[in-house]
Amino acid sequence: MRPLVVVQDVDFAYPGAPAGRLALAHVALTVETGEIVGVIGPNSAGKTTIIRLLTKVVTPLRGTIVFDGASLAGWSRWELARHVAVVPQDMPAALPFTVEQLVLMGRYPHAPRRFFETPADLAAARAAMAETGVTELARVPVQTLSGGERQRVMVARALAQEPRLLILDEPTAHLDLRYQAECIGLLRRINRERGTTVVLVSHDLNLAAEVCDRLVLLSAGRVVRVGSPSDVLDAGRLSAVYGCDVMVTSSAVTGRPLVQVRWPEPAARGGETRIRV
Amino acid sequence: MIERRRLVLVLASLAGALAVAVVAATFLGSARLSPGEVLAVLTGRADASGTESVVIWGVRLPRIAAAALAGGALAVAGAGFQALTRNPLAEPSVLGVSSGAALGVVVAQLMGPAGGVTDALRLTVFGFAGAVTAGVVVYLIAATGAGLPVQTLLLAGVIVGMFFAAAITVVTSLVDINRLGGIVHWLLGNVSAIPPRALAVFAMLGMVGFWLIAGQARQLNVLALGEEAALQLGVNAERLKLRVFVGSALLTACVVAFAGPIGFVGLIVPHSLRMVVGPDHRLLVPAALVGGAIFLLVADTLARNVVAPAELSVGVLTSLCGAPFFIYLLRTRYRGGL
Repeated sequence: MRPLVVVQDVDFAYPGAPAGRLALAHVALTVETGEIVGVIGPNSAGKTTIIRLLTKVVTPLRGTIVFDGASLAGWSRWELARHVAVVPQDMPAALPFTVEQLVLMGRYPHAPRRFFETPADLAAARAAMAETGVTELARVPVQTLSGGERQRVMVARALAQEPRLLILDEPTAHLDLRYQAECIGLLRRINRERGTTVVLVSHDLNLAAEVCDRLVLLSAGRVVRVGSPSDVLDAGRLSAVYGCDVMVTSSAVTGRPLVQVRWPEPAARGGETRIRV
Repeated sequence: MIERRRLVLVLASLAGALAVAVVAATFLGSARLSPGEVLAVLTGRADASGTESVVIWGVRLPRIAAAALAGGALAVAGAGFQALTRNPLAEPSVLGVSSGAALGVVVAQLMGPAGGVTDALRLTVFGFAGAVTAGVVVYLIAATGAGLPVQTLLLAGVIVGMFFAAAITVVTSLVDINRLGGIVHWLLGNVSAIPPRALAVFAMLGMVGFWLIAGQARQLNVLALGEEAALQLGVNAERLKLRVFVGSALLTACVVAFAGPIGFVGLIVPHSLRMVVGPDHRLLVPAALVGGAIFLLVADTLARNVVAPAELSVGVLTSLCGAPFFIYLLRTRYRGGL
């Protein structure tokens, strides 16, 4: 089976960046149909840029991105949006639309010239809302929701697109433990039941280790390593990439890698002086 | 679908209200005609060349049509600019676009009299050029890498508006003293009876502007999620913004060409309607067209009756209502910045 996404030797720089300063350089990776791939790396490693490239918000300076056998350059925006959906980190704070109106916006790419949604669109939106447990919030304005509810509504909007590839940008960043657990449970269910391929961009290495089939470790715009969580999450490699002292053990529950930071001790001399006095 | 039924319902109720306003405005005016005399004229029983007929057919009804057109166009332009900038305080006069259009129209007025079809076109073309210039300048001042911050956009609009107002003063100081009164009157924002052919030209140009915005209403909803999210949902954000900007500038230019820079209609009407029909642009933009017509017709009828036989400028009246409304929105919704 051919891969769903193939990124071939892509360079990218944002307009206005100093010449030669690439946001991404020589990036190559593939995403197979049905898998969950995690994209991890330190700040400004290029994680968000990868999302923008995969969704054609920006185009590569060099190299190509192939989705389902055809170069992204040949996909129209709305055709691509029928297959690729993004759950953003957050939405604008002031958004007066109701939950149902927002989720229905996910139906736009399925009939961009139509002025009103059809009953079929409404059915797809309601199914997505049921799946993420926000049905009872249908008439509530989005701007009054809590962080966990907003997250589920954004997932519902993405599911209403009925995508083959779901990209999540830091899905658990603003969530407490319970909502993190719900979010991950939902993600796994979508992947298993709908067969949706998932790209998960996250700072949370332990979450990525638990959920993902494969990980892509980025650093300063380059792919450092691609492989299984236990292969990529190596203490030496992470220490080098993140610039701090990282330990990797394995989870007592699942056997997956468990990443910990050895926090630096306070500056030794000052502490000792005080104790002596 | 529910939305379509709601649109029909909303438009039908607003059309009913507009009909009431039109009837009321026909019966009211500084020329004291009794309801019986008005009815006689409307049913064709009065002398066609009598004073009553001239007042109704030559003054009141054309003015009603002009007020309704101006109000509808300004309200839609306001809704367009608000969606475009994702800033609920944006509006042609607040953004300085009205002043830009006014400069263009003043320059066009110097080139010859108004009245005919070609004059209407010339005034609108010059007004459009001025509106686009002001809009682009405001955008260039306010835009940052991350978008259009609310405060910067408003400040840029005010400053650009002041600059164009000063430029208008320079241009009008070159004008023959006999025509100055007319231009000053127009600059205050006044609806007056204009020849039907010229009105038809403005109405057609206005419909083009309306269509450029209303036809993109579903995409404008998606744009509220932010530009990147809109792109990821398949909306061609650049083309959308261009169309809506051109549409809003055209509507503004049309109105300024025949009624002068009337402020705040584009703020008051869309905001009030949002409270009733919600934020969906597929309902809001058509509702703003009719709601704006009602609002300015009522305002203009008040303006020509409260101090009769003298007249207030309707632009003065809308600013008297609009400025407090703006302050109210600023204090209640956007305290502490957005």
